[in-house]
Amino acid sequence: MRRILLGSLSLLLMLVLSTYSSAIAQEGGEGFPTDNDVNAIAKQLYCPVCPNTPLDVCETKACQDWRAQIRDQLEEGWTEDEIIDYFVVEYGERVLAEPRRAGFTSLVWILPLIAAAVGAGAAWQVLRLWRRRNDREGASPPDQIPVDAKALERIERELDEIR
Amino acid sequence: MLAEIGWIALVLAFIVSAYSTIAAFRGGDEGRHQLVVSGRNGALLTFALLTVSVLTLTYSLVKMDFSLAYVADVTSRSMSPFLRLTALWGGQAGSILFWGWLMSGFVAALVIRKWEQNRELMPYVLAVALGTTVFFIGLSLFISNPFDRLWHVPGAEELTRAFFRSTGAMPYIPKDGQGLNPLLRHFGMIGHPPTTYIGFTGFVIPYAFAMAALITGKSNEDAWIRATRRWTIVAWSFLSIGLVLGGRWAYDVLGWGGFWGWDPVENAMLMPWLTGTAFLHSVMIQEKRGMLKIWNMILIILTYALILFGTFITRTGVISSVHSFAKSALGPVFFAFIGLTFIWSLSLLFRRMGTLRAEHEVESLLSRESIFLLQNVLFLSITFAVFWGTVFPMISELITGTRITVGPPFYTRVTGPLFAALVILMAIAPFIAWRKQPLRALDSKLLFPALGSITVASAWWISHRQHPDSFFALWVVSFVVVSILYEIGRGVRARVKSRGEGVFTAIGRLVGRDRRRYGGYLIHLAVIMIGMGFIGDAFFKVETQGTVSVGEQIQIEGYKLRYDGLSQYMGEDGREVLEASVSLFNGDEFVKVLSPRRDYFVVQRQPVTIPGVYSSFKEDVYVLLVGWEEIGMDSSTFKVYINPLINWTWIGGLLLAVGAIIAAWPGGCIALQRSYAIRPRSVESRAAAGD
Repeated sequence: MRRILLGSLSLLLMLVLSTYSSAIAQEGGEGFPTDNDVNAIAKQLYCPVCPNTPLDVCETKACQDWRAQIRDQLEEGWTEDEIIDYFVVEYGERVLAEPRRAGFTSLVWILPLIAAAVGAGAAWQVLRLWRRRNDREGASPPDQIPVDAKALERIERELDEIR
Repeated sequence: MLAEIGWIALVLAFIVSAYSTIAAFRGGDEGRHQLVVSGRNGALLTFALLTVSVLTLTYSLVKMDFSLAYVADVTSRSMSPFLRLTALWGGQAGSILFWGWLMSGFVAALVIRKWEQNRELMPYVLAVALGTTVFFIGLSLFISNPFDRLWHVPGAEELTRAFFRSTGAMPYIPKDGQGLNPLLRHFGMIGHPPTTYIGFTGFVIPYAFAMAALITGKSNEDAWIRATRRWTIVAWSFLSIGLVLGGRWAYDVLGWGGFWGWDPVENAMLMPWLTGTAFLHSVMIQEKRGMLKIWNMILIILTYALILFGTFITRTGVISSVHSFAKSALGPVFFAFIGLTFIWSLSLLFRRMGTLRAEHEVESLLSRESIFLLQNVLFLSITFAVFWGTVFPMISELITGTRITVGPPFYTRVTGPLFAALVILMAIAPFIAWRKQPLRALDSKLLFPALGSITVASAWWISHRQHPDSFFALWVVSFVVVSILYEIGRGVRARVKSRGEGVFTAIGRLVGRDRRRYGGYLIHLAVIMIGMGFIGDAFFKVETQGTVSVGEQIQIEGYKLRYDGLSQYMGEDGREVLEASVSLFNGDEFVKVLSPRRDYFVVQRQPVTIPGVYSSFKEDVYVLLVGWEEIGMDSSTFKVYINPLINWTWIGGLLLAVGAIIAAWPGGCIALQRSYAIRPRSVESRAAAGD
């Protein structure tokens, strides 16, 4: 039965992987640059003046001007990266919605991973400790009672009845 | 005059609660019963006094007594009486008073319900809980007093706020108030803030019990956990519902097409929820197996510290946020209080560390215990990631001088996989036995949910082939749903077969036998529903923006939106409303007229974008009016979002409330008495004696 389970799981994985590569983002269209093209870039930026507001949804006059600027830059043929870099140079790193993965800022990415790994390691140690203590104190009774599958099923059924 | 009564009540509440804290503590310490009783009466009196204070402030707000600075800050003549009432928690001074009042209410309720039990713990529970209340009353009285008046001091440029008149000062009474922040002028004001506050303050009870257990050295026993179980569920449920209501509110007024933006204030509320959830689950191990005692202490201490930290962030505005509605000089005092509480709690724990040894061990690496442990690690990892992301901009600015932004991409990328892992645990945990789970027996139990969920997810995925990575998310959630339904189904079938009950009777009795367990399952289902909104948001959300003239259409997915015109009028509450009329068609079939609006609050000079929404179980069509031509008004810019599955988030919130009521409704000890659960040794003896 476990084989069926494993089989279906690997099938699942294959399904996901096979289609993953076929997903390609679509860009552009008629009348470039459209509002959507502008928003796609503005979404990756944060308003340089408002508290914690993405540029694509910010309503202030300043943000409208910035979006207009992105439109102009797109018209002039700037690439997405060039525009984003321009904003970073002009207004600082705080305009990036996604913090960079370089320099001091990379700490924001790395530390949670380390924390999760340390946590998992600690849990593993605790589990082993629980087990070892158990081994030292001798195997517990349930291990030594031979129960055949039939009896187990009966107990299971009776438990269900009490529930 | 009324304000004086409120103020005097506040002063008395401060004195009484401070006295009661000391009385309860010393009474417990020296074994003097009268002192403890006196502390108890003081706790009740504190609640009564604070009630007087809150009522007078509420009355002043509703009656618009602008001689009070707070009233002038948060109410105005144009606001409805309903909104003036909610203004009680609309600003800093009021919300802190409200907070203290709720907390004293919890203490009073505790004293009334639990006085006869837990006699040894009670004095210290009282002292810890009241001590926190004293702090909040003190904040109200000395730093952020809602009863302060406005004074005009000769020679001074600005008005002074003080309760007492200084020499030469003239009272100043404005003709009209500032009024609430426009974003807060919404029906949601009655929902999200009070529920959140109740959730936050409610956690003081398990925290106080934990501290009392440490102080008395009774932490080895589980009395504190059993006494607070229901209180924890109640506080946690309010917190959860508060989160959902907050999301709904943001969805309705913030006008950016979503309900969760990983904003610092949202994170501040999420963090205690995460650790609180871990605590809620983790105490089960202690209850049933007498394990993880230190860890549970750490969890409740952490949760409580994060609650204070959350309040600190929202109420002081140290971290820039879209929701910071209050800024002040509260910061340093608050920060000191959080630090001291945290250090004191940990040092108490450290002192008792030796006594908190686990009573049982596990036999296998795969057991309910190990799953719980893993779940704890995941919750804590998520909490850390959220915390780190929230404070990192500050740290970065301090160390490198560069201010950076940690936006949603960070959080979704880091916490997404962790949440997915948690959901998988949610699906398999109910099938894993305590102590030891042989793999062989697990197969047969998990086979049906696993295959069932793969089928469901595949079927779903075939129609959404363009989003391959969503398959995993869909499989994970359907795994949980199928496994919970399967688990309940097994129980029902057993009853139907063995007792010949009807299906509905069987469901009713099954749930009635162990309400905590089945209420818990219902809450799991609710959390999955809430998660569906997030999955829809992460994978299937579609947006477009376009400028159209009257009569023209915007197309998105299968929908067409026809712009029918724009109207302008003066709304209630001093707002200029610009309202567009948009006809929504699904294919060629007319569905509904949507009215996205832009409300401009003239006095505050603040615009608020209200969406026009068509909502169904499948998806929401969410339209925002984002721009318009000034002259002629015949062409406007709209932003349209298709937000799939978002309705399930709100339904999930409702279901969560139902599950919480089932799990926490008083009078349900039957399950515990009849439970054949393995108990820790410390409980077993008493259980045998007829506990």
